[in-house]
Amino acid sequence: MSDDQSAGADIQKSSDNVSATGGEETQPQAGSVNTPKHDGQDVGGLERSQELTPPPLPPRPRLEVNGRPPTTGAGSFRLSKRASRPQLLSQATTAVSLADVHTQSRADFSSNPSSPASRIVSRKHSLSHFGKFRGNSDSGGDDSASLRSYAPTLDARLDGESLLGDVPEQEATPAWRALSAQLEHDDPFDNVLPDLDLFSLQMQHEFDEVCAVDAEGTNEEQTLGTWKAKLKHFFILSASGKPIYSRHGDDQLISHYIGVAQTIVSFYQGADDPLRSFTAGGTRFVMLSKGPLNLVAVSRLGESEAQLRTQLESLYMQILSTLTLPSMEKMFSARPSTDLRRPLEGTDVLLDGLADGFTRGSPSTLLSALECLRLRKTHRQTINDTLLKVRAPNLLYGLIVAAGRLVSVVRPKKHSLHPGDLHLIFNMLFEAGSIKAGGGENWIPLCLPGFNNTGYLYMYVSFFSTSEGPTNGSDERPSSAGEDDELAVVLISPNKEGFYELRKMRDELVEQLQDNGCMNVIKTAVRKRHAACSDIIPGTALRHFLYKSRGNVQFTMPSFEPYYHGLAARRKLMNLYSSMHESIHLKTAHLKVQHCTAQDAAALAWETPLFELYCVAGPQATKASLAHGANRIVQWIRREEERVFIIGGAVF
Amino acid sequence: MADSSQPSAPKPSSSVKLVLLGEAAVGKSSLVLRFVNNDFQPNKEPTIGAAFLTQKCQLPTRTIKFEIWDTAGQERFASLAPMYYRNAQSALVVYDVTKASSLVKAKHWVAELQRQASPGIVIALVGNKLDLCEDDAEGGDEGEGEGQGEEAGEEAGEGKGEGDDGKVRKVSAKDAKSYADDEHLLFFETSAKTGHNVNDVFTAIANKIPEASLKGPRGGATAGGGTQAAISAGQDSSRVNLNARQGAEGGPKEGCAC
Ligand SMILES: Nc1nc2c(ncn2[C@@H]2O[C@H](COP(=O)(O)OP(=O)(O)O)[C@@H](O)[C@H]2O)c(=O)[nH]1
Ligand SMILES: [Mg+2]
Repeated sequence: MSDDQSAGADIQKSSDNVSATGGEETQPQAGSVNTPKHDGQDVGGLERSQELTPPPLPPRPRLEVNGRPPTTGAGSFRLSKRASRPQLLSQATTAVSLADVHTQSRADFSSNPSSPASRIVSRKHSLSHFGKFRGNSDSGGDDSASLRSYAPTLDARLDGESLLGDVPEQEATPAWRALSAQLEHDDPFDNVLPDLDLFSLQMQHEFDEVCAVDAEGTNEEQTLGTWKAKLKHFFILSASGKPIYSRHGDDQLISHYIGVAQTIVSFYQGADDPLRSFTAGGTRFVMLSKGPLNLVAVSRLGESEAQLRTQLESLYMQILSTLTLPSMEKMFSARPSTDLRRPLEGTDVLLDGLADGFTRGSPSTLLSALECLRLRKTHRQTINDTLLKVRAPNLLYGLIVAAGRLVSVVRPKKHSLHPGDLHLIFNMLFEAGSIKAGGGENWIPLCLPGFNNTGYLYMYVSFFSTSEGPTNGSDERPSSAGEDDELAVVLISPNKEGFYELRKMRDELVEQLQDNGCMNVIKTAVRKRHAACSDIIPGTALRHFLYKSRGNVQFTMPSFEPYYHGLAARRKLMNLYSSMHESIHLKTAHLKVQHCTAQDAAALAWETPLFELYCVAGPQATKASLAHGANRIVQWIRREEERVFIIGGAVF
Repeated sequence: MADSSQPSAPKPSSSVKLVLLGEAAVGKSSLVLRFVNNDFQPNKEPTIGAAFLTQKCQLPTRTIKFEIWDTAGQERFASLAPMYYRNAQSALVVYDVTKASSLVKAKHWVAELQRQASPGIVIALVGNKLDLCEDDAEGGDEGEGEGQGEEAGEEAGEGKGEGDDGKVRKVSAKDAKSYADDEHLLFFETSAKTGHNVNDVFTAIANKIPEASLKGPRGGATAGGGTQAAISAGQDSSRVNLNARQGAEGGPKEGCAC
């Protein structure tokens, strides 16, 4: 009991801390323009939060992903008017100039695990990885840099063949292999028949529950088989080796493996040389040590170390979100053998939601950015004005979220919203079913670690269905509401007694949005879903793209249909994006373009200080057509910027 | 704001704040889902934080609008519970008839409510998941309601079921009932899955809320205030043990409109 009370007290204290942060953030747009240079969506925030925390975690060896300097405060979701738009306008560089094209060295890709399928990987390949990642733990990834070689070429070769010439193209990256069918038939990524292919099958069963081993252990072998067939595992264990969380399998099943993991991790920790990552076959293991917790990711999906680390950071943030850092530390300092599962009760579904999101692959996670609902500027303005008008006195943040996309934000000038925190909120709303399915309103104590990891905030959530006419609050809400067409009002306050105040704000907000027509505008926009790529850019060769506005920490994309239908196809596409993201972020130059082709896709990645753009087209697409498509996307964004992104938001 | 003294409303309508307490996974949210939407989800995800729902209940002379707080029952938020039961006129304390420890937890909640909540709070002790032990020899006792379509439970088994690992039932209705009687609680065994007795619980509570403690519909912002604290002081005379049978006497006819 006293725990929570003290947490409540912490909130008071924390507002001071927070003001301090706010002060920092108002300085030269650190949060606005520099998006995290590291791939980590949450890393920046966590590190910053730790600065705010009185007893910081013991210093952990800082991971400088690929030798890039960590940026602090960079990940904040700033919706600053000043920061974003004028800068985009000030940038005249929209053309893909060939002079800027750097041919991607294949060697970059070799830092990916050799194969997601893992079984057919050449020995040479995996050994070299092992060596490399061992090396990484000392040098922060510098030796991968030493392998890299990219020279500007005026006439970049179409296939972007390796300048080193020592890595055959088709072996370069799992994603490429994924998209280049037929070379390795055993590779589950490689199959032209998406419905029959092994990978689809695996993905289909990836989220199935592993049944418990029965008392006699008769089904142990089979259960273990199912468990081992999972493409991805996450484990969380305490420093003393107690299991806290596992995505698949029950304690009995995994205890042996947890024990092995614990032994390996503590062996290296004991040697003062913490193990960060290794690969075995096509399986990559990544460890993250956070104070009293060790988190482990095991993936056969071809993700990079940095990406898996980001995912582990996110799981860790969820744990902090449930417990707060001080209370977790208190538990462990009082009793190092604490069983954290009890205090975490109910958090499993949230961790599962995050883990499954990572397994499916989400653009939002990859880009550390949010997606917004496309609305006309005037409509968004009206919504913002309404939010400001009905704002409750104790409101900290208010969000309108539709189908996983942000419609509008209201926030104090001093406090930005951290993308990692928003990710936790979105995960809670849309991945864990209980709030959406509950049919009522929810009042949820939670800690937003990016904002302040020492205390709780209180979140009011109310869902509406968008599938029918106007709704007036919870009474009329149908029990069988649709899946994705949900609209949520999320209001966050530091006041734990604030439910009725925020509920009243919700009522007024909804009433006014109905009166001024915005509710229908939102619902219509949600129902429209994503436009197909060819609707955005008629006649383009492009099949899909991701555009991230770095200043706004937001991204936009077209529909996955018709080219990327189903889990497996989408995951393949995400792998391709991941590889491009990974490799483009290895560089230091400011204007970078990469072009890659493979058997069943051609792709282009383009990074400027203002945006990151990744486009994918069919294998026949020429470089010129990709470049043409990319340019047209940038033009489209310029025209539509205030529709596809929230610029400014409602600030008070 | 409307008041119970509202003149000449044909059927006065009043809000009643109700809180559900009990160990996680005993079926609190499922009971609410059954009551509010007449629905059941076999694999319901655990509640996050607390959920707030409303549902009307028609009585012959008045309409009761339940404002329901369904709490998650997780230990770390135990200290938040007072916020939910403060000013509550009624509480459902739920345990799982197939899990003995859940009754122990329920007794703790009852004690806390009796110590900390409004003095006149109407508490119902509810043993849920009755459907799981329908085949057991031991059925319900007088705690059982009218047994809409529930045959197996009608036998008035007197034997003690607890501790017997061969049976699904781990809490005997008799024991729970006698505890409820001692503490002046309403008592029901329910199944959110089949719907058995669910509306009866809410109807019984609605009937037991003293008219004098009722007030008009909750009026937005002011509703959270402490004004209801005094509602049922001095209502202890109403703490006659209105047992389940009496509570559900009128049967489903005067039950909730759902
Ligand atoms: N067989 C059976 N299962 C139930 C019943 N009520 C709830 N459950 C199940 O028990 C689990 C926990 O229910 P839930 O309502 O979430 O419990 P809460 O944590 O107390 O809210 C869910 O899987 C429900 O489907 C019941 O009456 N009978
Ligand atoms: Mg519940």
